Formats: sequence, structure tokens, C-alpha cells
Amino acid sequence: MSILAPVAAIGRLVLGGLATLGRLALFGVEAVSHLFRPPFYPKEFLHALMQIGWFSLPVVGMTALFTGGALALQIYAGGARFSAESVVPSIVAIGMVRELGPVLGGLMVAARVASSIAAEIGTMKVTEQIDALVTLSTHPMKYLTVPRVLAATLAVPVLVAVGDSIGIFGGYLVGVNRLGFNPATYLKNTREFLEWSDIASGLWKGAAFGFIVALMGCFYGMHSGRGAQGVGRATKSAVVAASVLILATNYILTEVFFSA
Amino acid sequence: MITLTDVHKAFGSNRVLRGVNLTIPSGESMVIIGGSGTGKSVLLKCILGLVHADTGSITLDGEDVETASRDTFLARFGMLFQGGALFDSLPVWQNVAFRLLRGSLKRPKDEARAIAIEKLRRVGLKPETADLFPAELSGGMQKRVGLARAIAAEPEIIFFDEPTTGLDPIMAGVINQLIREIVTEMGATAMTITHDMSSVRAIADRVAMLHDGVIQWTGPVTEMDATADPYVQQFIHGRAEGPIEAVR
Repeated sequence: MSILAPVAAIGRLVLGGLATLGRLALFGVEAVSHLFRPPFYPKEFLHALMQIGWFSLPVVGMTALFTGGALALQIYAGGARFSAESVVPSIVAIGMVRELGPVLGGLMVAARVASSIAAEIGTMKVTEQIDALVTLSTHPMKYLTVPRVLAATLAVPVLVAVGDSIGIFGGYLVGVNRLGFNPATYLKNTREFLEWSDIASGLWKGAAFGFIVALMGCFYGMHSGRGAQGVGRATKSAVVAASVLILATNYILTEVFFSA
Repeated sequence: MITLTDVHKAFGSNRVLRGVNLTIPSGESMVIIGGSGTGKSVLLKCILGLVHADTGSITLDGEDVETASRDTFLARFGMLFQGGALFDSLPVWQNVAFRLLRGSLKRPKDEARAIAIEKLRRVGLKPETADLFPAELSGGMQKRVGLARAIAAEPEIIFFDEPTTGLDPIMAGVINQLIREIVTEMGATAMTITHDMSSVRAIADRVAMLHDGVIQWTGPVTEMDATADPYVQQFIHGRAEGPIEAVR
């Protein structure tokens, strides 16, 4: 084995990564360009909206409920060290709305939706259903990708809004029943310290995360390898890429919205 | 008429097509034979534009398939895929009427459903099949639904990719007979890819043998058995010895 073999391996890895990034960028641009050009497939869009939005509600709601409750406990315990227990309602609200609601909601949707989209489209690819679509004069990007990307971009902010409310309610339940807060004071503090810009930033993040999730699912599904192993790899890659991109995008958007 | 001139296609270092020259006259049923992995499906996908040829030209009635309007071009084709390629999420009738429910050939839903049921009947399936999902059908029924979908919009040209693969001999015979009948009654140009010799004899007007990336032999099906071409003779008699390597 040549002594340059490890360097060559690293080079291949970097080139492969850059090639994927390039393909992903082109795929994203193509998907966005098709958003505005007919034909449109409203039935597929509504179906995707149900699958991505409605059926993700239980998992996002449960995640938010327990996160809000745990957050209240943590802030109470941490705040007690410097006699700041009273900040629990406001920190729970701001924490949920700005960060935890969108990020955890996005990650849960990534796990549930990116995997399902990648597996579905990947299976369609290996069973020649995508070729069949083309022969039936139907553009796969328009029929498969655009409805899913649009549905996720619109549905995830709504999921985030619902998740935020449930998360704040989880904090309220723990705060009132476990930590002894007065219900009216808890609600007053929540309302007083929460601003519209906090809510808007979370919703914008949700839209960005929804776009990422659906795009990753469609991209890896469309580029799935052959057989069960290829579909499995596509599914795994979609979830990993969506999750990492959500966290990276969250940091960038937080800088954009809240940097001084 | 479909004309392929010096068509080349490689995947990396694997040169699958190395200069294919072939003419499929209108209204004829051409069957392409050849061993597994010899590029038959790639050839078919090149014609449909699902795979782009590296060099050479493919024309349909004199017009280059690469420059033709995709929608108009594809509207002339129907295709039966090897595994059926039915859409799992749609019931059978919507699979059959897929083209009639959207795009330039869109019809009212009731009319599209009626046509789908008629086409299902044509391929020997009962109207009750229309509301089932593909996963509820046997392999033979899925092929028939695929065939019904291929003919639903009454195309001028129909491609069949391994139409009898995975079917028992009786069902294979039924599918072969259906293809022959449909192609004849529609007056369609047909191109079939297969290595099933019973399909060749049932479906073909003309036969072309693809080997080593080129058409080794082509001629009327009636001359196939009598040809002295060693490739054809080895293939149709299934001999291990001959110019075609058994280990590939």
C-alpha cells in the first residue's frame, strides 16, 4: 500500500462530500424553481400536509409537554441558587418559543418525516416507479418533491406554534402543581415577558426546519442506491443530514434574530 | 419509425452500449433478446430519455428524441415495466388512469375511471379489481394492471421490459397472448426486451440480438431458428458452449 493512500482516501472523502453538497444545492434550487411553475398537484400537497403536519402533532406535542415540564424543574432548581425562582414562567416561555420548541419540534419531524419521505421515494426509485412517472409525462420533482417541501415548510411552523403552547402548558402544570406557583401569577409572568418577536423568530425557524426536513428526505430518496441496503442508507442519511442542518441553521438564525 | 445510429453508453468504465444500430419500423413488434446485463434495459431507457446516450443519435419519425418536446414525445409512448412499477399509494384504477387524471390528456374523473375499468377488462381483470391497491394483487395481476396502464392512453408505441419475468408458464403465456393481441389490434409499434424464448415466438415480428454492446443479429422471427449466427443459435438453444461466455 502506498504511503499516500491515507491522503488519497481523505481526498476522496472531501471530494465526495463536496460533490454531494453541490448536488444538494442544485436539487434545492430546482425544487424552489418548480414551486412557482405549473403544473401543480394540490391533492399530493394536501396528502403531504396531513402526513407531515397532522400526523406529527402527537409526537411534537408529547415532546413539548415533557420538555416544558423538565425546563420548569431545571430553572426552578438552578434559580434557587441565587433566589431567582420567580423567573420560571418567563424563562420557560422564552426558552420554549425561541429555542426548544422549534429545535426539538424540527428534530422530531426530521426523525419522523425525513426518514419516511426518503424511504418512500427511495423505494419508488428502486422499483422503477419514478421512471414510470417520467414515462407517464409527470415530472418527479413536481409530483414528489414540491408538494412535500411546500407542505413541510408551511406545516412545521404551525407544529412549532402548537408545540410552544403545549410546552408552556407543561411548564405551567409543573410550576403550579409541583413547585407551588400561583396559577394567575404564573400566567401573568408568562404573558408579560414574552414578546411577539420571540414567537415570530420561532415560527421562521420552524419554516426553515420544515424546508430542510422535506428537502433532505426527497434528495436522499431520489439519490437512493439499489436494493434494501440503498434505501436504508438513504433513510439514515436523510435523518442525519436533516438533524445536523437543523442545528446549524438554528445557530445561524439565532445570530440573525438576536445578535446585538 | 424508431432509428438508433451508433448509440454508445458507458457507466464509468463499464461500456454497456458500444455502437448500437437498429431500426424499428412503425407498426412492427421488435423483440430485443440477449443475456442478463447486456444492456437491453439501458437501450430501452435511452430511447425513452430516462438515460442519456453518450454519443450517437436516436430518432422517432426523424426527430431527435433529445431535442423533441418531452411531453409530446412521451405522450406517444406506453411502457410496461419489469416489476410493474405500480404506484403503491394509488388504487388500481388510478394507476391505470394516471395519465388521464392529469396533464394534457386529463379527462373528467368518471370518464377516466370508466376507461380504466374498460382497460382492466381488456387485460382480463374484473371491475372489482379497480378499487384494490397494488399490494393486494398477485404478480400476474400486477403485470396485467401494468399492461392496462401502458395502453390506457392508446399510445402509438409500447415498450415491454421483461413482461413475463417472475410469472409461471401459464400466466406468462397469458401475458404474451395479451401483448400480441393488443399490439395487433392497436396497430402499435412495440419493442419488447426479454430472454424468454416463448415470449419471443409469441410477440415478435422481428428479433434483434444484443451482445457485447452491439446488435449481433437482426431479422424476422421466422428466420431466427434457421440463422447460422452462432450467438443466436447459442442463445435460443440455451447452450453453455459457444461464443457467448457463460460466466459473466
